[in-house]
Amino acid sequence: MRFVLRRLGFFALTLWAALTLNFLLPRLMPGNPALAMLAKFHGELTPQSLKALEILFGVQTHASLASQYVSYLHQMVTFNFGISLTQYPATVSSVVGSAIWWTLGLVGLTTVLAFVLGTGLGIVAAWRRGGWLDSLLPPVFVIASAVPYFWVAMVLVLVFGISLHWLPYVGGFNVITDTPAFSPGFIGDVLSHAILPAFSLLITTIGTWILTMRNTMITTLAEDYVRMARAKGLPGRRIMLDYAARNAILPNLTGFAMSLGFVVSGAILIEYVFNYPGVGFQLLQAVEGEDYPLMQALFLLITLAVLVAILIADVATALLDPRTRAAR
Amino acid sequence: MSEVLEVSGLSVDYLLDRGDVRAVDDVSFTLDRGEFLGIVGESGCGKSTLLFAVAQLLAPPARIAAGSVRFQGTNLVGLTDGQLSAIRWRDMSVVMQSAMNALNPVKSIGAQFKDAMKAHGKPTAEQIAARSAEVLKMVGIDPVHLGSYPHQLSGGMRQRSMIAMAMLFTPDLVIMDEPTSALDVVAQRSLMVQIRELQLRLGFAVIFVTHDMSLISHFSDRLMVMYAGQVDELGATRTVFDRPLHPYTEGLLEAFPSIRGPRVPLKGIPGNPPDLARLPAGCRFHPRCPYAEQRCAQVAPDLFDLDQALVRCLRRQDGSLN
Amino acid sequence: MSVPLSVAPLDTGRVPATHALARMGRAIRSNRKATAGTVLIVFFILVALFPGVIARDNPSLDAYKPKLGLSAAHLLGTTAYGQDMFAQLVWGTRNVMIIAFTVGLATTAIAVLIGVAAAYLGGLWDASLNVLTDVLLVIPLFPLLIVIAAYARNGGTLVLILVITATSWSYTARQLRSQALTLRSRDFLEAARVRGERKLYVIVMEVIPTMTSLIVASFLTNALYAVLFASSLQFIGLGDPNTVSWGTMLYWAQNNAALQTGQPLWAIAPGACIAALGAAFALLNYAFDEIGNPALRPVRRSKRVRSA
Repeated sequence: MRFVLRRLGFFALTLWAALTLNFLLPRLMPGNPALAMLAKFHGELTPQSLKALEILFGVQTHASLASQYVSYLHQMVTFNFGISLTQYPATVSSVVGSAIWWTLGLVGLTTVLAFVLGTGLGIVAAWRRGGWLDSLLPPVFVIASAVPYFWVAMVLVLVFGISLHWLPYVGGFNVITDTPAFSPGFIGDVLSHAILPAFSLLITTIGTWILTMRNTMITTLAEDYVRMARAKGLPGRRIMLDYAARNAILPNLTGFAMSLGFVVSGAILIEYVFNYPGVGFQLLQAVEGEDYPLMQALFLLITLAVLVAILIADVATALLDPRTRAAR
Repeated sequence: MSEVLEVSGLSVDYLLDRGDVRAVDDVSFTLDRGEFLGIVGESGCGKSTLLFAVAQLLAPPARIAAGSVRFQGTNLVGLTDGQLSAIRWRDMSVVMQSAMNALNPVKSIGAQFKDAMKAHGKPTAEQIAARSAEVLKMVGIDPVHLGSYPHQLSGGMRQRSMIAMAMLFTPDLVIMDEPTSALDVVAQRSLMVQIRELQLRLGFAVIFVTHDMSLISHFSDRLMVMYAGQVDELGATRTVFDRPLHPYTEGLLEAFPSIRGPRVPLKGIPGNPPDLARLPAGCRFHPRCPYAEQRCAQVAPDLFDLDQALVRCLRRQDGSLN
Repeated sequence: MSVPLSVAPLDTGRVPATHALARMGRAIRSNRKATAGTVLIVFFILVALFPGVIARDNPSLDAYKPKLGLSAAHLLGTTAYGQDMFAQLVWGTRNVMIIAFTVGLATTAIAVLIGVAAAYLGGLWDASLNVLTDVLLVIPLFPLLIVIAAYARNGGTLVLILVITATSWSYTARQLRSQALTLRSRDFLEAARVRGERKLYVIVMEVIPTMTSLIVASFLTNALYAVLFASSLQFIGLGDPNTVSWGTMLYWAQNNAALQTGQPLWAIAPGACIAALGAAFALLNYAFDEIGNPALRPVRRSKRVRSA
């Protein structure tokens, strides 16, 4: 229990750090970038929106830094992110709200799939040490991990989208012919548009899971308790899963949390290449259009999502490892 | 058949990048029903490797290069894990050095007893609970600890629960790899007494590996001294202690102080055990031997039966050492 | 927070730096992956140092007919702006290598400083540095980089270098701290302390040389991520699009819908180079893992003696 509380504390601390970073960054940059942004959008904004933006970015106010900070925090906590400048008059919250489902679907599902598949393959590769899987994997995935995510996506687009015309490669669905509805036609369209982006994300992220699981399994298999399990005459599968994998996966869960940062990077770039209407794509559009309120909100959302995932991984570790539960 | 184990010409190699290294060289011995055999030697002499080889628990890069291990008549070498599972734990069990490492950290003690029992037959839940409690009581642990995890028990309790686990099927042979080394002196003695008592009560044979000669001398029937992968002396414990034949054994005995005897200056054995990849010519012990002669550096001695014991020494063989 | 997954090489005792490097040299020659990686990196370094030798044309000059295909005059054809693609690729190597090595070295230096300091100063220092490291570790780096770079608005390569260095030291700092902690109680350090050596001396002259292999591995990791992050940022337009680099080539290719308009090489070629350089760093790093942890090395498949 104390372990979980400690993690929650860390979670809160990091969230606060991200919020503060968000607050300080535009103010620290030489020549407050918000000034340029405001000049650009000046004519289109209502006085309230202008005021809100000024608070967010600390422009033209005579309020002290401390009071700006307080108002900023207040805005953040009440989810008042303001109006999106590039998608005026939509609020930031609504833009984020619609984009989030696309990303959750694509990235969320693919990551879970990659983790499960990757871990499974890693276990088997280590168990059958020296087999074809074990010898092939390390070099292949070492190289795969160094390949930029977006390049893989581009190659897939080139081969399957442009040359072979097998799969669509732009957007979340065909905006010209379809309107969002719960019809099988629409769903089918969504799925076909998701295949290439999902596949790109899968092949670029699965390598890490496989490799790290394999490596921890190999170390675990050398442990005395695995030898002991063999001595007891336990069936092979039980040793592999109950004794080896159960223990090997623990450091992997922590590693999972660490790798999330990279999964997120990959997701952003892949959404960009495929124009997939998720959170990452919106973030890059916002950057391009100097729509800082939207950009900030998306950054915070992504950070929050990663923190939540890490918290879940920590809780899972606590559940699986009796030693953590007992630790102070 | 009174023989529970017959090891013949067993050799174990480690397949390393720089070449194969023979860690156990042509070891042979037999073990009778209910006999307690102690194996002593310095670190790296191959005793643990020998033990794992007998139990068929070696892992790459180690492998049995030659010889046979006949357990109750059947040669275990070359059998698959599937074929071995019938005798594993039922007839032959293992106790390892560090219970903290040998027990699965994420499973409770009871769960680890249970999966051993379920691997051999189809016991009911009551049978499992009953037997688990019974073996724990045998080693003096309250059965309430069946629900505990290894890290929740003290070192001594962990070690004893490992021994309890080894008793689950009252096997004919229990192999122990330095089970007392991680304990303090008092716990060591109490554990040894417990093991000996169980052995006398239940009648199983024991192979007990240790580097602590004085400890084992009070409990074992026969003693085997290993050096650099070979057996240098093998005989009844009392005999080996009272009249050590091999210079190495003599050196080992003189290195241990006696609490009650007269004060004698301690003598260590000069030098270090050899690198198994670069063994000295002739007798492996000769560089450190106070009685070595010219020929000891040229001729490698075989094990010689000297009535009271087996010894590997040229000078003992021809009686020139007394 | 528990230690991140790492199979970092652990030294068994005191190892002077020169000795460690010599051992590494031998290890590189015997391990195939290491040799391949080293050869690739050396190749790229040479190209970065002497681009004029290989590519005659000025990469920025848009003097040629646009969208030409492969030919003897233009080994990879020309871009939509009439620039020679091969020249761009070759000259772009310099920008990438500069980023890789500067960020790699700077980040590793910071990581060593913070990791070792945290391990040795202990107490409040350790706790605060740890919290700082952990927070930075957990905040997703790429979005943070995007936000900072967006505010900096096309600051160019220097900004990229600064920004990436400032944010990506935490992972390797953690690894270095772990190893420094295990070394703290090693015998040879006790001996140094007993001799009366000052803490700083012990740290610089004894501890850090022993950590040489982990430090080198950290450098490789950091260089790899520098290349990937930098080219990703350039790809989305946050580096200076007018510099010649692989990432900026990709930016222009994407902007001109290169894939769809039949100019696939514009996108594929720079991407392949990034992949190759990245692979070189990754191979070397993996080889180091194997060298440090023999259990991971390829297993010799002897005849099926079930090793029983």
